[in-house]
Amino acid sequence: MIKQKPERKIKWGSIAYFAVLVFLALIALFPIYMMLQTSFKAQVDIMSSEPTWVFTPTTDNYEVVIFGQKFDRYLTNSVIVGLTTTFLTLFTAGLASYALARLQFPGRGLLAHSTLLIRMVPTAVLAVPVFALWQNWGIEDGRLGLILFYTALGLPFAIWLLFGFIKQIPIELEEAAIIDGCNAVQIFFQILFPLMRAGYAVAAIFTFRIAWNEFLLALILTNRYTRTLPVATTLYLTDEGVQWGRIMAMGTLLVIPPLLLTFASARQVIQGMTAGAVKG
Amino acid sequence: MTQVTRVSDLPRKRTLSLATFGAFKSFADPKTYVAFLFLLPAVAILVVGLLVPLFNAFDLSMYRWSIGVPWDKRQFIGWAAFERMLTDDYVHTSIGVTLQYAFWIMVLEMVLGTALALMLERPFAGVAVFRTIFILPYMVSPVVVGLIWRYMLDARVGVIDHYLEAIGKALPFLQPLGFTRLEWLGSPDLALPALVLTDLWQWTPFIFIIVLAGLQGLPAEVTEASRIDGANWLQTILFVKLPMLRSILLITVLMRLIDVFKALEVIFIMTFGGPGLSTEVLSLHIYKTAFTSQELGYAAAISVLLIAIILVLSVGLLRISNPLKERSDL
Repeated sequence: MIKQKPERKIKWGSIAYFAVLVFLALIALFPIYMMLQTSFKAQVDIMSSEPTWVFTPTTDNYEVVIFGQKFDRYLTNSVIVGLTTTFLTLFTAGLASYALARLQFPGRGLLAHSTLLIRMVPTAVLAVPVFALWQNWGIEDGRLGLILFYTALGLPFAIWLLFGFIKQIPIELEEAAIIDGCNAVQIFFQILFPLMRAGYAVAAIFTFRIAWNEFLLALILTNRYTRTLPVATTLYLTDEGVQWGRIMAMGTLLVIPPLLLTFASARQVIQGMTAGAVKG
Repeated sequence: MTQVTRVSDLPRKRTLSLATFGAFKSFADPKTYVAFLFLLPAVAILVVGLLVPLFNAFDLSMYRWSIGVPWDKRQFIGWAAFERMLTDDYVHTSIGVTLQYAFWIMVLEMVLGTALALMLERPFAGVAVFRTIFILPYMVSPVVVGLIWRYMLDARVGVIDHYLEAIGKALPFLQPLGFTRLEWLGSPDLALPALVLTDLWQWTPFIFIIVLAGLQGLPAEVTEASRIDGANWLQTILFVKLPMLRSILLITVLMRLIDVFKALEVIFIMTFGGPGLSTEVLSLHIYKTAFTSQELGYAAAISVLLIAIILVLSVGLLRISNPLKERSDL
């Protein structure tokens, strides 16, 4: 039965529908707006008894945060750790997912399942043993220790995701390449790699996000020279007289890269979020 | 004599065993070596970065070992740490807090996220813009999420308490309903709800996006058929759409469950477990035991307990329905 609604009713429905959407969007945006707004406020405006919605914006907080406290050092650390982790993860995950998807070898199913299981382990559980082991190996307060840990943390998801992408590529391409005399290494780098760019984009976003945002291990495994941005941000959180303006300025700076990624490639972000659940 | 030589004929025996055990045959296959070569870097990093630490946690849990004590001076105590856990009220409270936190998050987020997805299922104008907005909270660093919400819930400068009080003053009959200054993070009763609220803000969009993608993947014929059979809107959802989404919903629950037990940063920033122990989830308790009380061995033992809890819950969920079984490509 095809329902015939009067035209007016549909319109009202649409308006209510749209209103719900806008309301939800405002809830999603409000805290982010609060952060931005506060980061441009002077301490007087923040501490006033009435929340101020109209105020004279100031870049004081940013100036203090960027020029006062070794911001460049923390940023450099975060960028180095983030990019190296991403590169290393994508490279090794790409090779591994190709082997899992296309090559036959004993223990293949076991390996595929165990990479999934590893995702379950909380970082807090690993904090103690990683701290102990890294200390033994002498990498407990450098970037190398962080990169090793973050790569291991990002690998299961990256393998899982790229595995799904390789599965979608028709195997005939590779068969043709084999007939033409290509070996597995050539097939991977010359045939599959260019076709998997979309998958790599998604994997890169999520791997970078892990390394850029991680806090706990960064807190434990870094010293004042190797500290990353998330840890540096919490340094402004003291018990007496919290400088909310400075904190929110740091927070804004920390959030810019992931938010830019979201705006630039929302489709990839959604692909990554739904990977494993919807498409599989 | 000749017969004996024939039986122990080595090359023949080898071919035989190769044919019997497929595994060995593939070991001999040059392709297998290529596969291992491709896997080696990833597996090496996973083993060194995750598996060795994971097994080390089990090992460490058998020792009394504090920060600053050299590794070889640690003291073997066997299962004593686990015996201690049986009577450790802090651990018991912490387990209770963790389960409460996980329960409310799972229930509220699944219901809200699924309801929103069902409500907003049909294509709407500006769908891309709204989707981008909805995934923003998910992409914000947990540390920053904690900071923003701690600021908004702050007893002195927070907007939430301010407007609750303002509404309560304007409409006094609403005051008993909570429209006063609640001082969320300083109250043992409201600190955990505040953390749940924060998590709802960050993660409901995640469930919304997944369920929405699942709904859009459903074949249109089925819902149309149910319409034709006379099912109303609610019946279509309850008896057609939700059952078809079953495996997606289960994986989502599983993914969230694992993440909730992992969650630590936001709580670390917002309450650091307080007031009292009211928000001290197990993962935070592990951190504090290790790095505040400096009992690394005992912290490792609690870590083992946390792994066990997650395993039991995940296996329980997978018992209900194992989405992996449906994946024939593994």
